[in-house]
Amino acid sequence: MSGLAGYVLKRLLAMVLLLFGVTFVVFFMMYLAPGDVTAMLAANAPSAQQVVALRHEFGLDLPLPAQYGRFLARAVRGDLGDSWVDRRPVMPQVLDAVAYTLRLAAAALFLSIVVGLVGGIGAAVRRGSVTDETVLTATLVGISVPVFVTGLLLIYAFAFRLRWFPTSGAGSWRHLVLPAVTLASFLVAYDVRMVRACMLEVLRQDYVRTARAKGLREAVVVGRHALRNALVPVVTVVGVQVGLLIGGSVITETVFAYPGVGQLVVSAIAARDTPLVQGCVLVTASGFILVNLLVDVSYVLIDPRIRLS
Amino acid sequence: MKAATIARAGVATRRRRWAGAAWMCRGPRPAIGIGLLVLLLVGAGGAPWLAPHDPMQSDLRLRLRPSSAEYPLGTDWIGRCVLSRLLHGIRLTLALGLLTVAGGAAVGVALGLVAGYYGGPLEMVIMRTTDLLLAFPYFLLTIVFVAVLGPSLVNATIAIAMWTVPQYIRLVRSVVLATKSREFVEAARALGRPEPALLLRHIFPACVPTLIVQSAVFSAQNMLMGASLSFLGLGAQPPSPELGAMLGAGRAYLRVAPQVVAVPAVGIFLAVVAFNFLGDALRDRLDPGLSHGA
Repeated sequence: MSGLAGYVLKRLLAMVLLLFGVTFVVFFMMYLAPGDVTAMLAANAPSAQQVVALRHEFGLDLPLPAQYGRFLARAVRGDLGDSWVDRRPVMPQVLDAVAYTLRLAAAALFLSIVVGLVGGIGAAVRRGSVTDETVLTATLVGISVPVFVTGLLLIYAFAFRLRWFPTSGAGSWRHLVLPAVTLASFLVAYDVRMVRACMLEVLRQDYVRTARAKGLREAVVVGRHALRNALVPVVTVVGVQVGLLIGGSVITETVFAYPGVGQLVVSAIAARDTPLVQGCVLVTASGFILVNLLVDVSYVLIDPRIRLS
Repeated sequence: MKAATIARAGVATRRRRWAGAAWMCRGPRPAIGIGLLVLLLVGAGGAPWLAPHDPMQSDLRLRLRPSSAEYPLGTDWIGRCVLSRLLHGIRLTLALGLLTVAGGAAVGVALGLVAGYYGGPLEMVIMRTTDLLLAFPYFLLTIVFVAVLGPSLVNATIAIAMWTVPQYIRLVRSVVLATKSREFVEAARALGRPEPALLLRHIFPACVPTLIVQSAVFSAQNMLMGASLSFLGLGAQPPSPELGAMLGAGRAYLRVAPQVVAVPAVGIFLAVVAFNFLGDALRDRLDPGLSHGA
């Protein structure tokens, strides 16, 4: 267990370094952006003195390395600065949005994994059959539908025509249904393919043949013996999916006007609100890296054959 | 004896029928992919001649019209011909897919070959950078990149191409590592072949099948990403007939004129599905080691 603790510690250290790199890149990229910040600030402050005062307030009159130092010093205390547009602190805004995104992501992940397991196992145990080919074709079609098309299709059918669910916003579970299905449909094709591939791999193993030779029913062989080992690599799917999930949720949230981080970052970019963009990217990247670490750790805990390196 | 023969024949027929059905499902996929691709290439290549109208020409008296003889797919919210915009949009989508893959492959294959073959500190630098880039949520990276350079189709294309590079590096390096100690390479080395020739004439050809398969998949994925960026307003900007941008602006009219949204949606889908089917079919033919679904 001490090996695992050391491993986690090492990874956390690497994570801090990675985040440091992320802040560095994002900070300097945003400041290298063409177009003067002053022009943007001037929209809120008509007179020249006010612009100067605002530049001072946001620390923009400091040299760039000093600005970065100030940013870092604040960031380690959980202060990501104030928005240039409404001057509200960035951190609480981002965390509010994260709470919404997490709810959406959890619902989508759950849906996609359930469907992915059923579809993937169903296809694998009937390898080469019509079912298998149909599932494979469906996954190919599935990964070809843009997320925003799925979203608009669902809005048209279930919000405009059938009026079962609201078109946009958040609040009740009814607001969550269409965005969650949209996001899940984006992930499900990957899940099915991954589960199918893992299951096929396991079904080839000797112990599965032994189980069959013992005369166990196929349902028991698949459900009790094969599935448990096939699930191990499926855990990594979750890790892979977080990357997809972030991209997919940016689009899903925009389509459904859902107040998550994705929508926040897109509107912040449109408003050229640098501190808010930085805040969103930094928080999302931290979450992403953290989930990947958790996935790697749980991988080790589930499968004792895997050695830490 | 007789019964057994009949039974066996029955089993055989059933098996043949199932095999036939499976073939029916597998069979059309490559054909559909290629058929669609030809259709799209004709539409995109011939857009200036096939389009009945100028894709930018608006006529405010003809807003949101359903399909008619003059406007086969109707008109959009400022009276532009939806069919003409679709044809020009497919052109942009295919161009983005091919350009990003060509750009990403040009840089990525070279770096992957070098990293895999020569190893050493050069490989470490290349692979660490690659891992770092791929460890980061790609969509976020692209969004930030576009946000910095300013939203435009050109910048979106550059951002997507940049993200394609590390994927090619990883792909090529893995094949090179698996190939460079194979007998035929050792033989060529023993015969005194110079290193660049070994790399280009003996090792690189081993990468080609995988490269072809993955290029089709990457094209599909990049076209999807380009359309998504434009949909979010971070790629092509409004007057442009880019399909994602058409959808992004047109979705306000989803209720009153669904064709304004449906037509570009189908356009993007067909382009992406064509390349995905093609990639799948090529994998079966060229790269049997990679079973599909893996």
